[in-house]
Amino acid sequence: MTEANPAAMAATAATPATRHRRRLRSGDILDHAVLIAGALFMLLPLLMVLQMTTVPDVEVIKTGPTLTIGDQLDENFEKAMFEASGFSGENTGVRMLINSFILGIGFAVGKIVIGMMAAYAIVYFRLRFATLAFWIIFTTLLLPLEVRILPSYEVVQKLGMLNSFQGLIIPLIASATATFFFRQFFRSVPEELVEAARIDGAGPVKFFIDILVPLSKTMVAAMFIIMFVYGWNQYLWPTMITTDEDMFTLVRGIKQITQVMEGNRIPEYGRANLLAIIAIVPPVFVVIFFQSWFVKGLTESDK
Amino acid sequence: MAQVKLDRLRKLYPNGFEALTPTSFEIHDGEFVVLVGPSGCGKSTLLRMIAGLEDISEGTLHIGDRMVNTVDPADRDIAMVFQNYALYPHMTVRRNIGYGLKNRKIAQDVIDSKVRDAAQMLNLTELLDRKPSQLSGGQRQRVAMGRAVVRDPALFLFDEPLSNLDAKLRHQMRIEIKALQRRLGVTSVYVTHDQVEAMTMADRIIVLNAGRIEQIGTPADIYHAPASTFVASFMGAPPMNLLDGHCADGTVTLGEGFALGTSTDTSTRKITVGIRPEDVELGGAGAVPFHVDIIEELGAHRLLHGRLADQAFTVHIPKDQHASTGEMPITLPEPALRLFDAETGRAL
Ligand SMILES: Nc1ncnc2c1ncn2[C@@H]1O[C@H](COP(=O)(O)OP(=O)(O)OP(=O)(O)O)[C@@H](O)[C@H]1O
Ligand SMILES: [Mg+2]
Repeated sequence: MTEANPAAMAATAATPATRHRRRLRSGDILDHAVLIAGALFMLLPLLMVLQMTTVPDVEVIKTGPTLTIGDQLDENFEKAMFEASGFSGENTGVRMLINSFILGIGFAVGKIVIGMMAAYAIVYFRLRFATLAFWIIFTTLLLPLEVRILPSYEVVQKLGMLNSFQGLIIPLIASATATFFFRQFFRSVPEELVEAARIDGAGPVKFFIDILVPLSKTMVAAMFIIMFVYGWNQYLWPTMITTDEDMFTLVRGIKQITQVMEGNRIPEYGRANLLAIIAIVPPVFVVIFFQSWFVKGLTESDK
Repeated sequence: MAQVKLDRLRKLYPNGFEALTPTSFEIHDGEFVVLVGPSGCGKSTLLRMIAGLEDISEGTLHIGDRMVNTVDPADRDIAMVFQNYALYPHMTVRRNIGYGLKNRKIAQDVIDSKVRDAAQMLNLTELLDRKPSQLSGGQRQRVAMGRAVVRDPALFLFDEPLSNLDAKLRHQMRIEIKALQRRLGVTSVYVTHDQVEAMTMADRIIVLNAGRIEQIGTPADIYHAPASTFVASFMGAPPMNLLDGHCADGTVTLGEGFALGTSTDTSTRKITVGIRPEDVELGGAGAVPFHVDIIEELGAHRLLHGRLADQAFTVHIPKDQHASTGEMPITLPEPALRLFDAETGRAL
């Protein structure tokens, strides 16, 4: 890829823009109107939830979302993060946040590592049944976790991995998505590069670590975004595997809070809503952080 | 430094395609051999077999005194320069050049000094800390050369290393590569489909066609005494003129009976008559009529394209010689004529 001089590019781009500024303006306004409307449409529900975390829970039941901002945010935050919601007193918001991170990161890293290694074997080694193996892996795309959830549960339970991070993460890792994407990517790496490395004396392990992994940086970033968010948002599987409250993830734990409907107690809406918002923040940051990395990688490396 | 010996080397691809018929030749120590031929003739296949990137189906290959049929590419003591450079995109120029040494567990300070020397030799010193994406095509090509040179191999292999460069740069790099090879004295095999590269760089040229060797010889041999009509029409720009003719009682005639000269061959048969465009003389006694259709002005000289005895024909004339379209008498000097068997295409 040729390095474009940014200053020169800006200069050439600026000239026509200034000349056409008048004509472009109406179009600009329309574009922005559409974008702002879209952004509001996406943001409004979130803002409503946020508003409800600032008012007392009774208020929420009585009036629903309003435009007034209450004074309960601090208190709700305190409760959400540091007060346990269950009986054992272990599933504070902080604990659940940590659990979610372990699940999200473990899930993403596990998938990337397994996917890369499987794809490496399939693409670069003359395995007898490589294509067959690949298609078998590929067809598991048609079998999402929900389909195999009972047998998977059974296996995890028999292995004694209920209420453990291994039990939570490992059965989720084995899937075709990452393998598929890495296979496509590896196949696009030019043959000459492999051959140059062979002549340079890089064996299979060296080639993988010194060349293929660094080249896959962008792919890894993309996978990490997708897989982290996917793992973070897991609900059904953690619900089945974790019964100990100190193993709850955020997504699973929030439900627990709104569920306590005993006697004349009102569910702690403010607290649950705030946790819901907190649960959104890390995936958003992962996307923002890795996205810039992803774009940088895309523009910098040419294979 | 090493000689290379191919003995009945043959390549069958798994799909049964015979990319190289059994081929034998030797490359001397320090020699620069160019493999040339049209696309798909098996040049890359042959080179990659020497490199060890492609299995040898039959025959034996020696580099130096060693039979290397089953030796890993890394252990053949070769270095290869690829058409698309094959630089590692994520490594700096310095690491690209040093990577092969590092894998051979050479001490870092030795690597550093070798890389510095190679960079010096190739004018890359200022670029050592750049990534390949920040280099021009010619610079990348030089890095690829550096990667080969730094290893100090017994054999250089080049697979169309200049075909991604523009004409001017190609010309310059051609001279640089040749000079470098002279200086280092490393045996080299160079693949190209560009006959100018072949002519200018080679000590010896091997012309390949459809997986077979058509001719091996010095550039002058190949140019002036082509072994077949294929070589005659492949080498030279414009290529040798080839005309249908026949030969009877020791006389060579062209088309409707322009007698061209005599032949020692007294049999009667169809032949192909070849003559280089620059060997044709204008006017003269016993001239034959040449009909000029187009004049191509090339500055240093001109090419006249037209018809002779109703067959396409090209004449090369110096820039100061007058020419115009239309009928024009020319002479085909007998010593410049090359005769080929019309059926087999082999030289007579
Ligand atoms: N893996 C393969 N399987 C079957 N046939 C192949 C394979 N690789 C190459 N060939 C065939 O072998 C012949 C020689 O290929 P090769 O790449 O050596 O050509 P080349 O002379 O280098 O051509 P070019 O100038 O286009 O690079 C071609 O006809 C090609 O189609
Ligand atoms: Mg080739």
